[in-house]
Amino acid sequence: MEKVGVYDDELVNLKATELRLGLPGTEEKVSCGKSNKRALPNDTEKDIESTGKTETETASPPKAQIVGWPPVRSYRKNNIQTKKNESEGQGNYVKVSMDGAPYLRKIDLTMYKQYPELMKSLENMFKFSVGEYFEREGYKGSDFVPTYEDKDGDWMLVGDVPWEMFVSSCKRLRIMKGSEAKGLGCGV
Amino acid sequence: MNYFPDEVIEHVFDFVTSHKDRNTISLVCKSWYKIERFSRQQVFIGNCYAINPERLLRRFPCFKSLTLKGKPHFADFNLVPHEWGGFVQPWIEALARGRVGLEELRLKRMVVTDESLELLSRSFASFKSLVLVSCEGFTTDGLASIAANCRHLQELDLQENEIDDHRGQWLSCFPDTCTTLVTLNFACLEGETNLVALERLVARSPNLKSLKLNRAVPLDALARLMLCAPQIVDLGVGSYENDPDSESYLKLKAAIKKCTSLRSLSGFLEAAPHCLSAFHPICHNLTSLNLSYAAEIHGSHLIKLIQHCKNLQRLWILDSIGDNGLEVVASTCKELQELRVFPCDLVGVGDTTVTEEGLVAISAGCPKLHSILYFCNQMTNAALIIVAKNCPNFIRFRLCILEPNKPDHETSQPLDEGFGAIVKACKSLRRLSVSGLLTDQVFYYIGMYANQLEMLSIAFAGDTDKGMLSVLNGCKKMRKLEIRDSPFGDKALLADVNKYETMRSLWMSSCEVTLSGCKRLAQKAPWLNVEIINENDNNRMEQNGHEGRQKVDKMYLYRTVVGTRMDVPPFVWIL
Repeated sequence: MEKVGVYDDELVNLKATELRLGLPGTEEKVSCGKSNKRALPNDTEKDIESTGKTETETASPPKAQIVGWPPVRSYRKNNIQTKKNESEGQGNYVKVSMDGAPYLRKIDLTMYKQYPELMKSLENMFKFSVGEYFEREGYKGSDFVPTYEDKDGDWMLVGDVPWEMFVSSCKRLRIMKGSEAKGLGCGV
Repeated sequence: MNYFPDEVIEHVFDFVTSHKDRNTISLVCKSWYKIERFSRQQVFIGNCYAINPERLLRRFPCFKSLTLKGKPHFADFNLVPHEWGGFVQPWIEALARGRVGLEELRLKRMVVTDESLELLSRSFASFKSLVLVSCEGFTTDGLASIAANCRHLQELDLQENEIDDHRGQWLSCFPDTCTTLVTLNFACLEGETNLVALERLVARSPNLKSLKLNRAVPLDALARLMLCAPQIVDLGVGSYENDPDSESYLKLKAAIKKCTSLRSLSGFLEAAPHCLSAFHPICHNLTSLNLSYAAEIHGSHLIKLIQHCKNLQRLWILDSIGDNGLEVVASTCKELQELRVFPCDLVGVGDTTVTEEGLVAISAGCPKLHSILYFCNQMTNAALIIVAKNCPNFIRFRLCILEPNKPDHETSQPLDEGFGAIVKACKSLRRLSVSGLLTDQVFYYIGMYANQLEMLSIAFAGDTDKGMLSVLNGCKKMRKLEIRDSPFGDKALLADVNKYETMRSLWMSSCEVTLSGCKRLAQKAPWLNVEIINENDNNRMEQNGHEGRQKVDKMYLYRTVVGTRMDVPPFVWIL
């Protein structure tokens, strides 16, 4: 079947050594914005080829967006979005870094309603496990500790304050690992 | 050929207003061509680059109304860079120089500047009507010129434009002597509105039939305005929040009851849904209801409102209405002809949306339905087959499944059969947009059955060039074809070059078309403008090497009688 060009067959064969944006283990759709890539439909077409059945993905927020899709006039998009933002609060993007990871990520805190959702998303994004949160002792059972920098510039443990307070004061997130984490995370 | 003097024939032609019919008349014989051209009052130009103002004036020296469209349709979705073109300035300059008795100007997807508006307002003493749809490039200063200088202005209709609001006093620029307004639509303005000036303007406009307010007009002002204009037929409510027991709200209720001519309602840009009941008394008169910007109106308040609207012919709504809400529409609105369901949540996975069930319910309940635009999360072939059976009279059928390539969610099959059923049953179908998982098969059906199809929108669909070829070969009346992210390439593009002479335009983006293919097409068809839009890279693609085989990101071609346009920006290359 003549689908897209030669390049895609090569991609299928060399997927493991493929250079991509994103950390190993993340299977993210590339936004077809400023480049000639058509990653989204190609990905799904490959799925059809291999499984004979396209699975609808359970999208974890936030979803990467395709330029010009859905086909809604930009005027309409701007006006509906403004209203949603006004009623639900502005989209709040913060940087997320993880010790040892080459790239930072960015997430929109308004996409989550509570801590567990946020933690799950971070765990998926960086492929780690955060352990269990205890009010007094912080996170136990893992080398990784999620921290955030608040409005005052202090580094705080994620989970200590009510969610709304966290969302409004969080400037950036950092997932600490190893010895540095011990000091903050485990039983101060 | 002529048994009557020219004046008699001309008088007969006066009754023919459709531009398509007049074009046909002009082809009958030289004599009719001549009579027709001098008597044509309204000129429609679907692509402003297909012709230039000089030739327009030579052919139709006596026209009074001009409609111009600029950017291609996909510009609505940010696929065309802002500086691409579609400037109205040269047109206005030429018409002013030619001393045309211009009375009406209707523009869609064009770039309009304050300078253009100023020139327009000063050049045509009888100017009556300005309608701007999805235009950009101007500010409220330009509107001030129109208000101040157009002595006989009847219609100022601004629909979904990007207007820079300088928060000036454009409304107070209407002189006290201006009493001729029939239509005033400024719903798309973001800034504050001089309420006093607005009220005085409405009060001195006894012919005002259509008034659409922007967000900045609060409920108490609305009450006063409606009391001034009980003759109103078409109302766009701005801000609609208030405490239902307040005096303004009671005033509003009283005012609404007096508006017995009200047939069309829209707006509610900010709305407290529980106040909607003020409109219930006149709902049975409504033929058109547009709540597609009213994100806060949903649930039971929306349902209650709709239940009062038994005579609705046109409904534009958000998908937060849900399948249940659509079932209420289906059982209430038996006169419904046009339905548009827009997506509320554009970012991620939505909460309430509509599914195939809502569509089926509508098709079963509304026998007069002929136009639909439906955004949804999922669809099935079975549902589309039922819809086709229930509604064989569709003229426009636009279905957008939000997730690209999504198959029938019950069978996981492509949606070829469903759309096939639609085109087979709907013999009058003129416009179609397809979505979901689709193979070449659906295009085979379209080519085979969609004989009246004039406009087709394709995204993320098809397998091979055969798909596009089926459409090009089969749809004899095709005028506008727009394709994105589909595997159609040079073979389909070049198969029948003469086909493009019968079409207004072809758009292909993120497809398999190559630069050499486009070049070959441009060579074979010098009466086409083949534009390569390459915003990433201002240098010609040639300089990168791999010349011919390089895929073209965006190609837009259109027939033209005036060759390459002069206002090409650096990122557009006309072959």
